[in-house]
Amino acid sequence: MELKIDRTRVDRCRKLAAAIADPVESFIAAHSTVSVERAVLRLLGVDGVTPEDVPLPNAVVDSISERELGCGAAMHFARALAETGLEPLALARALTEGSVTLGQFATTPAAAARGALRPYVDAALARITAQREERAARLAQLPQLPPPLLYVIVASGNIYEDRTAAVAAAEAGAQVIAVIRSTGQSLLDFVPFGPTTEGFGGTYATQANFAIMRAALDEVSERLGRYVMLTNYASGLCMPEIAVMAAFERLDMLLNDSMYGILFRDINMKRTFVDQHFSRMLNAYSGIIINTGEDNYLTTADAVDQAPAVLASQFINEEFAHRAGLPDRQIGLGDAYEIDPDREDGFLYQVAQAQLAREIFPDAPLKYMPPTKHMTGDVFKGHLIDAMFNLTSVMTGQSIHLCGILTEAIHTPFLGDRALSLENARYIMSTARHFGDEVVLRPGGKIEQRAQAVLSECEALLERVATMGLMKAIEAASFADVSRTPDGGRGFEGVFARASDYYNPFEETLKPATVSP
Amino acid sequence: MSRLVKPYGDTQDDGKVQLSFTLPVEWSEAADEAARQLASKMGLRDVQVVDGRRIASGFSFFVLYGTTPQGVDVDQIAGSAVQAHAMTMEEIDAFVAERIGRKIRVAGACIGTDAHTVGIDAILNMKGYKGDYGLERYHMFEAFNLGSQVAIEQLVRFTKEHAMDALLASQVVTQKGSDVKNFTALSELLEAEGLRDRVVLICGGPRVTNRLAGELGYDAGFGRGTLPSEVAAFVALTLAERIRTAAR
Repeated sequence: MELKIDRTRVDRCRKLAAAIADPVESFIAAHSTVSVERAVLRLLGVDGVTPEDVPLPNAVVDSISERELGCGAAMHFARALAETGLEPLALARALTEGSVTLGQFATTPAAAARGALRPYVDAALARITAQREERAARLAQLPQLPPPLLYVIVASGNIYEDRTAAVAAAEAGAQVIAVIRSTGQSLLDFVPFGPTTEGFGGTYATQANFAIMRAALDEVSERLGRYVMLTNYASGLCMPEIAVMAAFERLDMLLNDSMYGILFRDINMKRTFVDQHFSRMLNAYSGIIINTGEDNYLTTADAVDQAPAVLASQFINEEFAHRAGLPDRQIGLGDAYEIDPDREDGFLYQVAQAQLAREIFPDAPLKYMPPTKHMTGDVFKGHLIDAMFNLTSVMTGQSIHLCGILTEAIHTPFLGDRALSLENARYIMSTARHFGDEVVLRPGGKIEQRAQAVLSECEALLERVATMGLMKAIEAASFADVSRTPDGGRGFEGVFARASDYYNPFEETLKPATVSP
Repeated sequence: MSRLVKPYGDTQDDGKVQLSFTLPVEWSEAADEAARQLASKMGLRDVQVVDGRRIASGFSFFVLYGTTPQGVDVDQIAGSAVQAHAMTMEEIDAFVAERIGRKIRVAGACIGTDAHTVGIDAILNMKGYKGDYGLERYHMFEAFNLGSQVAIEQLVRFTKEHAMDALLASQVVTQKGSDVKNFTALSELLEAEGLRDRVVLICGGPRVTNRLAGELGYDAGFGRGTLPSEVAAFVALTLAERIRTAAR
């Protein structure tokens, strides 16, 4: 199956995306955020909480004055490491207890400080490399079933119940398990600590919860003879920190969108741009596949109207991902099956959009999201809509397939709902496995015309955004009809300009040039 | 008049129902029998387990048919079906454009120390809740989401400085009655500042009921499962009514 699309338009869209990213990248290079600095501390081994339950990375960064933070938390921390000879975790505790203060070492030479930091930097990178190699070894030994990879969510709020559900789902055919986070976690300016058993509509993303789930999935992977992937959500105010935790605990994918937080969570755009960049550099180095959130354009507005915005966002996400060093094989661009089921030929539109993305991003593991907006509680019709979604996915060669659940809009999935959903997907994808290879799309037909129209409107949108500049364009509500100002939204106070002596000991290694595409 | 109604399979009053559920047991013929007995205990008769299978280790899924001996007198029930007319986003926008003639300014916040913005975000954020768009998406609403841990004084100052028409105060945490204390403090401060009558004052949260809202001097209270359009419709209708009364 192949669409006839104008390749010069595609090239032009990529050039426009680059033009859009250029000024943002200059901004990113000149700034850091409290979350980036906390991520650096986490990499160095600072983890845990104070007696008042404040995460240690927060406590340490908060102890550095705004003026002094310009050179980066690492330099202050490194000076104290050099002078006290403490390990990072012990130093962080000493700092929060007040027995040591960072200010007292201001005169320690930078070279000595960097030297003291080096072993911990190397240890962090080695830990991430070991997990990346562990994943590769397991994948070689326990090969996955062919894509679309069947992805399901668990969301009980209790990590131990989630574990039961995840193992059951894996046995029923799931290849990727996502633990949905508690609602509102994306707006917390810290990452909760330890195993958690209470959440609102989901389970908190904590490093302990990641480890519990990873261990359970490793066990079931060995039993089933196929590797089951684990994913979670980086989006929010703590993108870089969650990227660190995911790297350490060998998550395989992370939701990581360059604009989702800005548009749909009212997180400050400068904060998001800086955070997404460092978190994606970490994702690249960890071998983690990012999943972008274009589905959100479709759930909040008419799916037919928003199709060009989805494609434009895919181009922008791809561009930012490349700049953070992510190779195509780690860029899971998003799309969703959200067209109104009452619309005649809606299926044709869905095929057009999915196939368009497949051809424009041939090496990207595309992430396809299920119908949610038009799921009503009629579980029988819902199961049918999901079947059409499954068919679209297999015939257009999508890579990561979030299985639709017949009880969407009723409750977070029951264990039995998930099994039915997986059964539906396995049936459709088996019975129609090579259908896409056998079909020739009629030249000039409805599907081809639709794809061409979406591409051309996407180009026009990207042109407008490039002319205006991305930040101004977002302010002018060019995406999802939402207007956000450059200095508005949550987390802006956590963005700061880098001083001339700014130091982040991981940037050097993680810099895109050193990651092979 | 009384008319007893039973489920209709293919014959009047046959009472046929279908049922499906998961049991946390390994599948076996005994598991099918367990499912059958469970349905019998629910009061179904002639229970048939038409499908029973293993869906994971230690879990089995069943589809059953049976007949219920129960019926209901529909004529005795008909009276309770009166429900407020639900309005869609488009209808509300059109209503506001016609009756108020300008955008309604709404501010929402999790007040006090509460950091759980799940409720206020569901109502205000573009994305909304359960496919029902949030107030940010409405053309005729200007929504300000002040986020979490907003001090009462800050919210009142904002209301004054930006001439809000409606306030949504959210409380998820109810430990030691903190929600009621915060709601009360807000309503009292608005009163003291002479702003109370100028705003539609609404409280929300999983434990909030409309009755509680009334007791606290609020115009309405919305609890778990509230859709943004329900809040939007209430604000629009209440404001329109106030304008109408004032014009008299």
